[in-house]
Amino acid sequence: MLRDITIGQYYPEESFIHKLDPRVKLLGAFLFVVSVFIYDNLLGFAIMTFFLGLCIVTCKVPLKFMVKGLRAILFILILTGVINLFLTPGTSVFSWRFINITKQGIYNTVYMIIRLTYLVLGSSIMTLTTTPTRLTDGMETGLRFLKFFKFPVHEVAMMMSIALRFIPILIEEADKIMKAQMARGADFETGGLIKKAKNMVPLLVPLFVSAWRRAGDLAMAMEARCYNGGEGRTRMKPLKYQKCDYIAYLILFIYLGAMIATRIIFKADTLFGMYS
Amino acid sequence: MSIILNHVNYIYSEGTKIAQHALKDINLQIGDGEFIGIIGHTGSGKSTLIQHLNGLLKPTSGEVYYNGRDINDKDFSRKELRSKVGLVFQYPEYQLFETTIFADVSFGPKNQGLPENEAGLRAFEALRSVKIPEELYYQSPFELSGGQKRRVAIAGVLAMKPEVLILDEPTAGLDPMGRDEILDEIARLHKERNMTVILVSHSMEDVAKYVDRLIVMNGGVVAYNGTPREVFSHYKKLERIGLSAPSVTYLVHDLFEKGYDVDVNATTVDEAVETILNCFKK
Ligand SMILES: Nc1ncnc2c1ncn2[C@@H]1O[C@H](COP(=O)(O)OP(=O)(O)OP(=O)(O)O)[C@@H](O)[C@H]1O
Ligand SMILES: [Mg+2]
Repeated sequence: MLRDITIGQYYPEESFIHKLDPRVKLLGAFLFVVSVFIYDNLLGFAIMTFFLGLCIVTCKVPLKFMVKGLRAILFILILTGVINLFLTPGTSVFSWRFINITKQGIYNTVYMIIRLTYLVLGSSIMTLTTTPTRLTDGMETGLRFLKFFKFPVHEVAMMMSIALRFIPILIEEADKIMKAQMARGADFETGGLIKKAKNMVPLLVPLFVSAWRRAGDLAMAMEARCYNGGEGRTRMKPLKYQKCDYIAYLILFIYLGAMIATRIIFKADTLFGMYS
Repeated sequence: MSIILNHVNYIYSEGTKIAQHALKDINLQIGDGEFIGIIGHTGSGKSTLIQHLNGLLKPTSGEVYYNGRDINDKDFSRKELRSKVGLVFQYPEYQLFETTIFADVSFGPKNQGLPENEAGLRAFEALRSVKIPEELYYQSPFELSGGQKRRVAIAGVLAMKPEVLILDEPTAGLDPMGRDEILDEIARLHKERNMTVILVSHSMEDVAKYVDRLIVMNGGVVAYNGTPREVFSHYKKLERIGLSAPSVTYLVHDLFEKGYDVDVNATTVDEAVETILNCFKK
C-alpha cells in the first residue's frame, strides 16, 4: 500500500554511481536539471536521453522501480499536459466547440511531459543511489562556502537529514496504524470523498501523536548528547574525493559542454524543442 | 471450525534487491478453542505470520483457510473475517485516536454495525475485564500511562467479541503484576467463551504456564510445533536458535544430572515444585 512510495528512497546496490561522492551526484543532478531546461533541439534531446539512459544502466536500479516513482507525479503530468494542450494559442489544427488544439500546444505538451519525466528520473537517480546521511553530508560540505554569507548551512543540512530520515519511519508507522485500525474494522477504501476523509481520522490522529512524540524524543536525545550546532563537530567518515569522482566530474562537464554547444550551434527545431 | 495454513510463503518487497523472504512454506492447523503460543527470535516472522490469519497480508503463495474457506478469495468478506479474528498488534497503544477511552473502545463494535447502546455495552464490559477504573472511562486516552493505554487497546479488540483472539506480545514492557492480570484475564475468556487464543510472546514462563500448544518460529520456518513439554525437552537445540527454556527446565535438568530423581519435563513452577517435593519425600 503506502510502501509503494519510492520518491526519496534509497536502493542498495554496488555500482559505480552508488560509490560516487555525494557532492558529485548533487552537482550532477543539478547540472542535469539545468540541461533539461536548456535543450531546445533534437540533438540535445538525443544527448540528454543517452546520458540519462547511461546513468540508469550503470546505477543498476531496476527501471521498474524508478518508473514506480513516476506514478506519484502522474497527476501533475496529466494536469500540465492538459493545460498546455488546450490553452496554448497559435495555429489551430483541430477545433470543436470551445476546444481548440494548436500545433504549438501539442509541441509544448510533449516538451513539458519530457521535461517533467526527465526531472523526476534524474533526481531520483541521485536519491536512489545515495543514503540520506551521505546526501546531507555532501550538501553540508559542498555548500560550506555559503557560510560566508551567514547562511546556516549546518542547521539546514541537519534539518534536511532529519526530515529525510523521518519519511520512511512515518510511512512505516502509517502502514502499521492502518493495519491496526483495519483489524478493528476500519474501512479506508470505500465511500465517497467526505466519508473517506472522515475515515482517515483513526489513521491521522495516532500518526500525528506519534510524530510529535518522536520529534520530542529526538530533540531530547540530541540534547542529552550535547548537540549544539555544527561548530567543532567532526565526522566519522569524512568525505574524500577518489579517482572515480574526478572521472565523473569530467564526464559531467563534457555533457554540459555538449548540451550548451548544441544549443548555440543548432537552431531550435520544433520537433522536440520548445516552439518559439 | 479452524484455521489452516497451506504452504504459505510471504516475501516483503518481492522482486527487488531488498526482498525479504519472511515466511517459508508454513503449514499449520489451528483448531477451535485451542490456546496456542508462538515464540521465536526477533525477526523470525511471528508478526508476519499472524497478520495472515485475518487477511491483512496476502500470502505470496499458498492459501489460508478459515472454517474451510480461502480467505483471499475474491468473494470472501475480509471485513467480516476481521470481526471474527481479533488481532491485537505489537505496541497497540499507538493506535488510540478517539477523544475518550470509551469512544475508542466502541470503535470496533460500531464498525461491526452494532447499534450505539449495544456497542457501548460491549465497550463497558471490555474495559471492565481489563481492569480500567470506571472514573477514567471518559478521559482522553492520551493522558493514560503506557500500561493503561495497552489495556485500553486490548479492550478495543475484546469489545468486538472475536471467535479467535490473536495477541502480539501483549505484555512487553508491562510490570509483572500487570502482565499476570492481563494473561489471567485472557485465559479466563479462553475458558468461558471457548475462544481460540494465539499468543505471541518472548516469555518462556508465560507460554509454559498458559498455552496448550507451542509453535516455535526460526528464520521464517516452523522449527517446532507441540506441547510446551515436548518443545522444551529440546532445550539445548532451542538455545542454538537464540531461545531458551523456562528457568525451571534448567533447574530440574541440573538436579537430575546431580542424581536426584526428578521429572525433567516439568515446565511450570508448580510442576517443578511438585516433582521436587516428591523426590525428597521418597
Ligand atoms: N514491513 C516490512 N517490510 C520489509 N520487511 C519486513 C517488514 N516487516 C517485517 N519485515 C522483515 O520480515 C522478517 C520477519 O519480521 P517479523 O516482524 O514478522 O518478525 P517478528 O518475529 O515479529 O520479530 P519481533 O519479535 O522483533 O517482533 C524480518 O526479517 C523483518 O526484517
Ligand atoms: Mg513482531
